Amino acid sequence: MRKYLLKRVFYMLLTLFLVATITFFLMKLMPGTPYSNQEKMTPQQIKIMNEQYGLNKPVWLQYLIYLGGMLHGDLGTSFQYSNQPVSYLISSRIGASAQLGLQAMIFGVLVGIIIGSFAAINRNTWIDTLCTILSIIGKSVPNFVLAVLLQFYIALKLGWFPIADWGGFSYTVLPTIALGVGPLAETARFIRTGMVDVLNSDYIELARAKGLTKFGIVYHHALRNSLIPLVTLIGPYTVALMTGSMVIENIFSIPGIGEQFVKSITTNDYPTIMGVTMLFSAGLVVVILLTDIVYGIIDPRIRLSGNGD
Amino acid sequence: MEEKIKLSPDSFEALPKAEELDNEKIAAPSLTFVQDAWRRLKMNKGAFVSLWIIVLMIVVAFGSSFFIDHASLVKSAPNYANLPAKIPGVPINGLNGKLKVSGQWVDEYKQNNIPSGKYFVLGTDYLGRSLAERIIYGTKVSLIVALVATFFDLTIGVAYGIISGWKGGRVDNVMQRIIEIISSVPSLVIVVLMLLVLKPGMTSIIAAIAISSWTTMARMIRAETLQLKSQEYVLAARSLGESAPKIAWKHLVPNLSSIIIIQTMYTIPTAIFFEAFLSFIGIGISAPETSLGVLLNDGQKNFQFLPYQMWYPAIVLCVLMIAFNLLGDGLRDAFDPKTRR
Repeated sequence: MRKYLLKRVFYMLLTLFLVATITFFLMKLMPGTPYSNQEKMTPQQIKIMNEQYGLNKPVWLQYLIYLGGMLHGDLGTSFQYSNQPVSYLISSRIGASAQLGLQAMIFGVLVGIIIGSFAAINRNTWIDTLCTILSIIGKSVPNFVLAVLLQFYIALKLGWFPIADWGGFSYTVLPTIALGVGPLAETARFIRTGMVDVLNSDYIELARAKGLTKFGIVYHHALRNSLIPLVTLIGPYTVALMTGSMVIENIFSIPGIGEQFVKSITTNDYPTIMGVTMLFSAGLVVVILLTDIVYGIIDPRIRLSGNGD
Repeated sequence: MEEKIKLSPDSFEALPKAEELDNEKIAAPSLTFVQDAWRRLKMNKGAFVSLWIIVLMIVVAFGSSFFIDHASLVKSAPNYANLPAKIPGVPINGLNGKLKVSGQWVDEYKQNNIPSGKYFVLGTDYLGRSLAERIIYGTKVSLIVALVATFFDLTIGVAYGIISGWKGGRVDNVMQRIIEIISSVPSLVIVVLMLLVLKPGMTSIIAAIAISSWTTMARMIRAETLQLKSQEYVLAARSLGESAPKIAWKHLVPNLSSIIIIQTMYTIPTAIFFEAFLSFIGIGISAPETSLGVLLNDGQKNFQFLPYQMWYPAIVLCVLMIAFNLLGDGLRDAFDPKTRR
């Protein structure tokens, strides 16, 4: 177990190092300059700016400084936003994104489990068909289309929730739904397939023979056993939520990481792009490692082996 | 005492020759793998309808090249701007040239003094360009992006997976570590970085999607190749001295075809989504080019007053995604009936 963990952590660090390196050199290849009005600036001004941001040093030195800074949690200084450090920009915005992501994950998985098990219990009836259709639609309708529709029809027309911005819980409801529908549809399909399998197995037959109630069978035996493989989906869900956050936060103008990322892309704000890229990659790598460990603990049949296959 | 049964030869009757042969015959016609899959696919109504919807959309989108060219598409006609849909002879509000303005249905065509013969089936956008034409053209662009990206994704993924699985050992180990590293970076990040470095446009979107999404295909192909490698027919081909590329092409690829097709069907909607997503947040395809994402982005700006400008492209996009997802599910069940539930 320890050997396995050490190996995984080593690969994790290697991945992050490679991501940092590739991102850094890609940024150097990027066309355009970080100065929005370079043609109006005098050569001296450009020189002073370059010196201030360390852009006059040779590329390899910039790279080493960047890597060294990252070890101390220093991700450089944003070119926009009046020279705030990137780590400050990220830390001041991560709360909203994390809250939204967690809520969406919980919403999606919980409702998905309910819909999926409902479909499996009523297999091959109209309820099942309805659930299947809903999950196909949920999987196919892009979340940004859904977000715009929710914003217009529920927030603006019906006025049930605030249209945009970030405040109390009511502000989070619509973005959470828009973000969570993808995981919801995926979970529902997954749980249904797993549960249909489990419901056909011998121990369910035994539980039924013992005279357990239908709810007891589903809750104690079927659901618990079909939940285990769901853990493997947390990684892909994290990716989906990160992707989704970029556009959902934009639509609902939520001050989060995703919105920041889009902004920094359109303004050539290299340090922020690199910082957020590192954050996303680190988040995903950690989530994947954690889910692998958790999966090994809750299902001892999956043994954690050192060779990684 | 034994009683003898007397049987005369005429109590027996010879069966006709043809019928005798029939007894040995197996009733069902023998079907090839593809025929069998096709038969099962046809039984799945949703998937079969989806197949025809996709075919129809592809035919309309690519057939339109003869009628809708890029030059006429970017030409603006400000006096026709923001007209709602009008189909002659359809008296439904919203499809008859009327638009809801502060709770009242107003005939926009009359108000803007449009000549009575002139109509737009799906209305016009903010520059007076026909929305129907733009949607068809945008669908074409989105489909091209998705299909080409999927093609590259497939080629890279299959080649990588077969090589990794076939070689095994250290090569396999290294190749799998590379996949592990690539797939632990969110594909969105890869796409965004690629778009930043390359010039924004169709080519870079295609490259970005292809580069970020081949790992799933490669993993599945590798796992299957590892199994196929130990099959007798591969062993036979090997002992007959067949070269590795030839075995891969003649024995492995045909046996991997069902996985390849199913995986492709799931990659296409993902690619369509990514294109729309990138164009929607403004770092993908941008004006004057058109794609479904660009149309959604344009429509979203005026959604409050001119909802049809977003609804129509959104419907087309959703129908396309649903059709590909349903067809993917149908093909999976058709090729591998064991997984069907």
